Amino acid sequence: MTAADNKTQGSEIQYDMSKNEIKVAPNDGSYLLDGYELVCGLEVHVELATATKLFSASANRFGDDPNTHIDPVTLGLPGALPVLNRQAVELAMRIGLALNCSVQPSTFHRKNYFYPDMPKAYQISQYDQPINVNGWLELPGGKRIGVERAHLEEDTGKSTHIGGTGGRIHGSDYSLIDFNRAGVPLVEIVGRPDIASPEEARQYVTELRQILVAVGASDAKMEEGSMRCDANVSVRKPGSPLGIRCEIKNVNSVRSLGRAIEYEARRQIVLLETGEKIRQETRHWDETDGRTHTLRSKEDADDYRYFLEPDLVPLNPDRAWIDAVRAALPMLPRERRLRLSHATGAPADGEAIMVVVERGQDDYVMSVGEAGADVARALVHVKEAFAEQGANPTVPAGDLAQMIIMETGGKLTSTQAKTVLAEIVANGGGDAVAIAATKGFEAMDNSALEAIVDQVIAEQAEAWSKYCGGEQKAMGALVGAIMKASQGKADGKAVTALLLAKKG
Amino acid sequence: MTTPANIHSNIPTTAAAIADGVRSGALKAVDVLEAHLAQIAAREGDIHAFNLVTADEARAAAARVDADVAAGRDPGVLAGVPIALKDNMCTRGIPTTCSSKILEGWRPPYDATVVQRLAAAGAVAIGKTNLDEFAMGSSTENSAFGVTFNPRDTSRVSGGSSGGSAAAVAAGFSPISIGSDTGGSIRQPAALCGVVGVKPTYGTVSRYGLVAYASSLDQMGPFSIDVRDSALVLEAISGHDPMDSTSIPQAPLSLQHVLSQGVEGLRVGRITDMPSGADPDVTARLEAAFDALKAAGAKIVDVEMPSMKYALTAYYLIAPAEASSNLARYDGVRYGLRVNTTDTNAMYSATRTAGFGEEVKRRIMLGTYALSAGYYDAYYGKALKVRRLISDDFARAYTKADVLLTPTSPIVAFPVGEKSDDPLAMYLCDIYTIPTNLAGHPAMSVPFGTGAHGLPVGVQILAPTLGEQVMFKVAASLERSMIAAGGAK
Repeated sequence: MTAADNKTQGSEIQYDMSKNEIKVAPNDGSYLLDGYELVCGLEVHVELATATKLFSASANRFGDDPNTHIDPVTLGLPGALPVLNRQAVELAMRIGLALNCSVQPSTFHRKNYFYPDMPKAYQISQYDQPINVNGWLELPGGKRIGVERAHLEEDTGKSTHIGGTGGRIHGSDYSLIDFNRAGVPLVEIVGRPDIASPEEARQYVTELRQILVAVGASDAKMEEGSMRCDANVSVRKPGSPLGIRCEIKNVNSVRSLGRAIEYEARRQIVLLETGEKIRQETRHWDETDGRTHTLRSKEDADDYRYFLEPDLVPLNPDRAWIDAVRAALPMLPRERRLRLSHATGAPADGEAIMVVVERGQDDYVMSVGEAGADVARALVHVKEAFAEQGANPTVPAGDLAQMIIMETGGKLTSTQAKTVLAEIVANGGGDAVAIAATKGFEAMDNSALEAIVDQVIAEQAEAWSKYCGGEQKAMGALVGAIMKASQGKADGKAVTALLLAKKG
Repeated sequence: MTTPANIHSNIPTTAAAIADGVRSGALKAVDVLEAHLAQIAAREGDIHAFNLVTADEARAAAARVDADVAAGRDPGVLAGVPIALKDNMCTRGIPTTCSSKILEGWRPPYDATVVQRLAAAGAVAIGKTNLDEFAMGSSTENSAFGVTFNPRDTSRVSGGSSGGSAAAVAAGFSPISIGSDTGGSIRQPAALCGVVGVKPTYGTVSRYGLVAYASSLDQMGPFSIDVRDSALVLEAISGHDPMDSTSIPQAPLSLQHVLSQGVEGLRVGRITDMPSGADPDVTARLEAAFDALKAAGAKIVDVEMPSMKYALTAYYLIAPAEASSNLARYDGVRYGLRVNTTDTNAMYSATRTAGFGEEVKRRIMLGTYALSAGYYDAYYGKALKVRRLISDDFARAYTKADVLLTPTSPIVAFPVGEKSDDPLAMYLCDIYTIPTNLAGHPAMSVPFGTGAHGLPVGVQILAPTLGEQVMFKVAASLERSMIAAGGAK
């Protein structure tokens, strides 16, 4: 791979594999730790949601009894041969295309190393010719993080070391191996070191997770291990060359990711400030003490003796297949946020839209709008009241629309609307008109309201004169009294409008 | 051609004749089997072709074949034909050792595709044949379970690595056996034992269930007494297998119909810059083969293969490199030998030290070194370049010639022990067979008379990718000329 191949569209970084040199453009300096910039790149492994394994017909299923999804290929038995899973290739292409990568002809290599949960003693992985290269992921605020590559590889089995200390193989009494996970297809998404703050790292992973779920490639659950994230972290003074980086493993949630990166950056800064050197090494994040610990240094790194996997042929998806996969891509989170922003006027990276799109409820909000209701109100209600509802709310869109139409038509105050909505949500739907009637929330017309307003002005002469004199605080007392007199049936907006009109 | 020393009475010697007899009801598969088992009982003690004779399973299989015929069902084109399998192909429930202590006791839970196809064609597997450990060797002296002796002269080697399979056919233990050929492991023992041996085009016969030595070079093929039997067996075992990604998506080979077609007008290439070193008795037989083909109407043309001299070196980097990876799985964790020690790393080391023989260790070391960081480009990378140059040489040669003719082995069968302490001398046995594996082309050895000490000499026919038909035409023509010259068939 040449440096030119690697020129990213996401940032001004260039990576020359032969020299193992990375050049990164300075970040915008908005995030500094004690005067140091953070330079961070993430490597995300994601398990693909295929029916079967990457190279065999055993089921790809999590949570079953150990060693029930195995076969000669999975166990690496002598004579067994891998056959590439077409569905895994398709899901890998979906990921690549959703991350704006080029899909290219690719090959598989053997990565050789000994470990009991690696039954062939090599992992089949894509090496110098990955299927997806040179893409980017756009954070909600618009910053693009480069994606160097997103390649296919097989997962290992799972070891459990019994006895001894620390759950490590050395010193344990015995080890148990479950090969159900061995051969499960993974895509490793290698991000460029464009991430400049723990918050950007969190946003990157959150956005990536949503994309992976949206394209149906994975359930991408960090807590269950179907999405695993390693962080390469270094620090430097603005304008200085890149610092020595450390790779952080065992980060099991988005929250931990931010904590681990910040801890590691601060650890490195302390070393630099006290005149010590940073050793390039792999470090292990410990959730309990909130620190990273040395796992192995670069000097201990294995020589993987990569060579082209002779049991597989080159993977060369034709143009028609790539085009078909691209055409079938669903709407991605970014487009969903823009669509909702356009429909509601709310900011695309504002909390309401971020939350609703992450929950997958944006289609629902749009359908409430299509049913005739105000979409902006729908967005607010869904964000506030549908946290437990998931991507397919049980409340029929028409029911919510009816309630919003009553609210915006002045037939329900916002307080009443919330009460009615709570009832609708609790019952998984309902007729807003009927609920309002049973609660006694009948509509109050303007003439009735005006009578009450006049009565309160007469009763609260002092407050009224202060209000007319420009004291805004006095309005609260007036409105409160009017709401009380109307037994909560008055619409707040109508009340302020009337008061304003009468002030003249 | 000499007939294998034969004590079968009333049983034909060739697979084609046996299958015809069994399918027509004239022969019983069980009788065919018993005659061959009797031959094994008589001579196996002197030969040691087998690691395991599966007499009980074979008797059951033969009985099923006879029952099929009795019930009016056709058991297939290899009905009742006893077949010996090299002990590096997986047989369900039957030990598969690769003649290595490290796999001792392992019983595969599945059959190799070839084994399935043979059974589906009505063949009767009679046992697992000896080989150089993990197919690494040219004399079957590297077996953990003892040497296989040459049925033509039991003081001599049978060749290798498929020495057991070659000897089984030469000794009349079975009319057909299956071997694997990574650098000549079918053709060289076929030549030394005086039988036909074929390495088809890479990807023609599924490798699924063949225990890998060097995956990009390994290919399975038959041994037989005559050319037609190899054609018959290849028709039954070739063709696409979805379980092997390197299997060529094509129909099974169709070969028997070309055998009578003759070689008139065919261009037979003589490699003018071929590495020298073949013994004079061997080159004399090669010249006789050129003469025979010329007499049959073929044209002899000169071709050059300038990179051929680098083939051996390239092979001994590429094959060990792949082997170092393929054999890494034998770690004592899941099957085969385990030497228990205090911790996992020590267990790996003790198990592999005890389980692998010297030649296997030598190639694992070589291959690991050739792939290591800092050495890859100089060794493995360069070997891959040579491999491409050899393919280019062949491509040019095949614009001028339809097939090429070489000796199979530079020497006739040598005495047991003569080369066992000299790996380089042993490696030279494969100098004429290795280039074909690097190119992935088909090649076969046909017996063509005798050389020193009256020992068999094989002539090798090389053809371009998927050139099996033209290769078999030439093989059949050479066979006819031997018969005409008074060689017994």
